Amino acid sequence: MSIEEIFQHLQEKFGEAVRPGDFTSIDPWIEVGPEAIADVCRFLRDNPALRFEMLHCITAVDYLEVDEKKAAKASFVPHLELIYHLSSLTLRHRVTLKVMLPRWRDDHPGQLPRVPTVSNVWKTALWHEREVYDLSGVEFVGHPDLRRILCPEDWVGHPLRKDYQMPIEYHGIRAR
Amino acid sequence: MNVIPGVDPEDFSVTSETEVRTEELLINMGPQHPSTHGVLRVVLRTDGELVLEAIPHIGYLHRCAEKIGEKVTPRQFIPYTDRMDYLAGMNMNLGWALTVEKLLGLEVPEKARHLRVLIVELNRIASHLVAAGTYGLDLGSFTPFVYCFREREKILNLFEAVCGARLTYSYITVGGLMADLPSGWLDQCEAFLDQFEPVIDDLHDLLSVNHIFVKRTAGVGVLSRELAVDYGCTGPVLRGSGVDWDLRRDGDPFYTRMYRDYDFEVAVCRDGKYPQPSPPVPTEAVLGDCWHRFFVRMVEVVQSVRLVRQAIEKYRLAEGDIGQPIKLNQKLPPGEVYLETECPKGQMGFMIVSLGEAIPWRVRARSSSFCNLSVLPELCRGCLVADVPAIVGSLDIVLGEVDR
Repeated sequence: MSIEEIFQHLQEKFGEAVRPGDFTSIDPWIEVGPEAIADVCRFLRDNPALRFEMLHCITAVDYLEVDEKKAAKASFVPHLELIYHLSSLTLRHRVTLKVMLPRWRDDHPGQLPRVPTVSNVWKTALWHEREVYDLSGVEFVGHPDLRRILCPEDWVGHPLRKDYQMPIEYHGIRAR
Repeated sequence: MNVIPGVDPEDFSVTSETEVRTEELLINMGPQHPSTHGVLRVVLRTDGELVLEAIPHIGYLHRCAEKIGEKVTPRQFIPYTDRMDYLAGMNMNLGWALTVEKLLGLEVPEKARHLRVLIVELNRIASHLVAAGTYGLDLGSFTPFVYCFREREKILNLFEAVCGARLTYSYITVGGLMADLPSGWLDQCEAFLDQFEPVIDDLHDLLSVNHIFVKRTAGVGVLSRELAVDYGCTGPVLRGSGVDWDLRRDGDPFYTRMYRDYDFEVAVCRDGKYPQPSPPVPTEAVLGDCWHRFFVRMVEVVQSVRLVRQAIEKYRLAEGDIGQPIKLNQKLPPGEVYLETECPKGQMGFMIVSLGEAIPWRVRARSSSFCNLSVLPELCRGCLVADVPAIVGSLDIVLGEVDR
């Protein structure tokens, strides 16, 4: 099924919550509102015409230019993107979903942006969301066990944020 | 019987096994346990011999590969991909190279394409040999390990002749390959295949149909189709559950066209039978158990040998060169590309986000072992403590790829 048809299905069901992203890029994508992502994913999995049984990957991309000179010319406003790659093994089609989030909730630095979990749709999201939380700092509401997964439990900060500062030392180990 | 003063022996007499009082015990398995295949720590909550819960803890080998990817150009990132799944470095190189090539809209010449198939399938054999050998070791049988490593050694020697490295190759690169084959290499490779094919039967005798091996693996750690897909399991773990899915046939067109004129069968159990030649499935085995996950790899080795033989023929006939690697600091067009390739452990996905500079804005590595390992708590619930190494081994994880 083509991306236009998938989008048609979604728009009939969710209306304003889904927006066409870019259908001409190499990996065409659909934009989904943050609050609707769990419902959209459940619909994509359960609808007999779509049947996206597998979640491949959740990626978070931090858009922030830390260099002030470059920031003036940057082609984006600072934000965070979540990218979901789904595919259907039975119907053999794929789709990419994007969720746009603020870098910090209510623009308070340190307050992680929130998005509903999809771990109750696909179990594989249990670990993927932990990884995104750990490295990129996104809080998945409803996740049963949102802990750090790759970094140690007492690590400070989220390393894949563009403004992340490496600690000077960690338990007596020089890090910088 | 020695009687301890003041203690009535009757207090300790046990009339039947079921009356033994047990209590829950937390056992820490790893991170240095040999059967965890690296630095994996699993906390087991046990009741006697039963595992009630298994909680994996990962991250001991986290080397910030994605963060490093934001600081180096795509060609400089190639050596870091080697160090993800270090048992199948060529496959990792290929996955990343193809992702960048897809972004650049670059297609390698025919000769490079056949050489890539040749090399990655050879590496798939080497990786599956380690999987089979160490799996035997996990279950207490040392002999198959020696046989597997003897054969793998020959593949590593071939790789060493090609690129000078035995583990971290950085051979396949964006735009082609680093060097052409040395003279006489193809004959050596063919000689290896001729010698190796009968060894597969030996390995079947030592493991696949070995009575003890079947007893230890058949019916253990059964992973249903639905659960496998739900947990994003891929590769031999998915096919071991009977899902007919192989990216070399079903994947992204940019990847499958690499295999477009190759003839091979997907190693999956159809109606209780695997692609021939292979020994029959033992009656005790249940689809999705450890035995099937192991056996899929053995069948895949046969298919990879077929592919290598075809690739040798096609490479000999192909004209042209092996492609020109892109410049180290070549500018990337703006765009986002996500591409998965069928690696020995499963589907390894790379994502590259570019804003039009030489250095990517974001690099993402979706690891197959990471997803395959995430199903471990489900598989271990209610199994015996002795079955935990059997289950972990059957998933064939590489911690370098789990933690990246």
